[in-house]
Amino acid sequence: MVYVIVEHIKGQIEDITFEMLGKAKTMGSGVTAVLLGDGVDTLTGQLGAADAVLLCQDPNLANFNPEAFCKTLASILNGKNDDIIMVGNTSMGMEIGPGLSAALGMPLISYVTDLSDTSVTSALYGGKMSVQSGVSGGYIASVMAGSFSADDGNISGSPGVETVSAPDLSNTKVRFTRLIEPEGGDVDITQHDVLVSVGRGIQNEDNLEVVQELADKLSAALSCSRPIVDNKWLSKSRQVGKSGLKVKPKVYIAVGISGAPEHIEGMKDAECIIAINTDENAPIFDYAHYGTTEDLFDVVPAICERL
Amino acid sequence: MNIVVVIKQVPDLVEELELNDTGTDLDREWLKFKVNEFDDHALEAALLIKDAQGANVTVVALDNGLDIDKALYAAAAKGADRVVKVTGDFEGYVSSHAAAKALGAVIPSLGADLVLTGVQAVDDRDGQLAVLLAHQLGMAHVTVVTDINVSGSAATVHKEYGGGMIGEFNVQFPAVLGIQAAAETPRYVPVAKVRRAMKDTNIDEISADAAGVDAGTEVQKMYKPETGSGAEMLSGSAEDIASRIVEIIRGKGV
Repeated sequence: MVYVIVEHIKGQIEDITFEMLGKAKTMGSGVTAVLLGDGVDTLTGQLGAADAVLLCQDPNLANFNPEAFCKTLASILNGKNDDIIMVGNTSMGMEIGPGLSAALGMPLISYVTDLSDTSVTSALYGGKMSVQSGVSGGYIASVMAGSFSADDGNISGSPGVETVSAPDLSNTKVRFTRLIEPEGGDVDITQHDVLVSVGRGIQNEDNLEVVQELADKLSAALSCSRPIVDNKWLSKSRQVGKSGLKVKPKVYIAVGISGAPEHIEGMKDAECIIAINTDENAPIFDYAHYGTTEDLFDVVPAICERL
Repeated sequence: MNIVVVIKQVPDLVEELELNDTGTDLDREWLKFKVNEFDDHALEAALLIKDAQGANVTVVALDNGLDIDKALYAAAAKGADRVVKVTGDFEGYVSSHAAAKALGAVIPSLGADLVLTGVQAVDDRDGQLAVLLAHQLGMAHVTVVTDINVSGSAATVHKEYGGGMIGEFNVQFPAVLGIQAAAETPRYVPVAKVRRAMKDTNIDEISADAAGVDAGTEVQKMYKPETGSGAEMLSGSAEDIASRIVEIIRGKGV
């Protein structure tokens, strides 16, 4: 049996769940979706790709809580050590995967891009290496978003629902207090035809004017990868990727971005990707349509001159 | 309050990665290592708490036979009160499960209210350390944390979800937090200050072992991912390339 942990937020099932369900269906040993929450029984109709649903509802599960979810899943999945458990390599999944591995004593493999009964592939070292791990018997796979098609697992239906009760969750040391919506930024990068996106290769905040000029000349928006936001050089609303926004512009110019899997997740569906990066082994070139290893500080001003 | 920060070194991805002879690991002989960037953020988050309200910050690392001393001295130069090297058989690659076991044996003796470490590392094939460590220590955990507000024996923390959404939680100490980003850019420390720290700082050594604990699965092979069709690489001078890029952009009707 393959157990897929359903991820949902604000009443919406996340794509990663459908991606995992679609893959799990092809593995041939039956699929059980595990759905935790409160008042979420209506979501089971979207889990038609699963043969069965294990449903656990409790007021303490109304919002994701690392401790309550780990405790509940450890109780529900106790004794399933010979089965495969799939969880997203997401913010929620990064609590659940290691939490279940520790609680159940099951092996855990992270950054998973493919899996079977005998081997599991992970993308490590920022996507620069693939690693194949041998497995026999049960394991937990923490699956990277975008590894499988969501369409294959997004099937409505009425799988059999088995209701299970939650353990006592009244005294958790972690309490959910509220959900904070993203701040609206000065630009909506998901609405632009052209994005000039900047990464660590820009080196410092002052150098941003180099890419800003290019963005201005193209009437494009300036977006970025994670390190730029962590350094507070640009606002969170401009971040492309896993914890930022997914974008699909006509043209995406990646300047000094190496292409870590978390970034690729947010931009790989752009119509035309142009990558400028001095590292010829940067994973971004695997996803780009055009690339150059010329120094961005030479190429970008030269492009501006020609616009 | 006592804060323990766990740091480790990872291969510097700026360098070309080569495989070992059996194709099951990186060739570590010539690899350049650096402190995991998220661990740097974890240290910064701890130092910000110390700056704001006072805290005793201890930085801990497994002795991996590399230049971990330098990383610990740099942490001391930045403001860590104590630096600890966990000695044992940790050369080469150490799985997250094994690291959690070894650190889980050492950290209780340091009296931690709060343990901070990076949200992830580029090599944690068997899962991220923070939550595994929390289980070893019997502590609460929240990972992917971007903001920590300490109040008494608890903290309000922000956990980042996709699309910029944030979950806010109240966490009772003792707890382990996996840090995605500190509220400030990790502070820079001049080389001269690190040199001074090398003279003035004593690295405490505590031994531990993680015997019998491994990742639970074996690496069969490691390889450079097969690139799809890949990018068409533009050649010529910067000017030629710039002209070509302008053509491509214009060709998309932009």
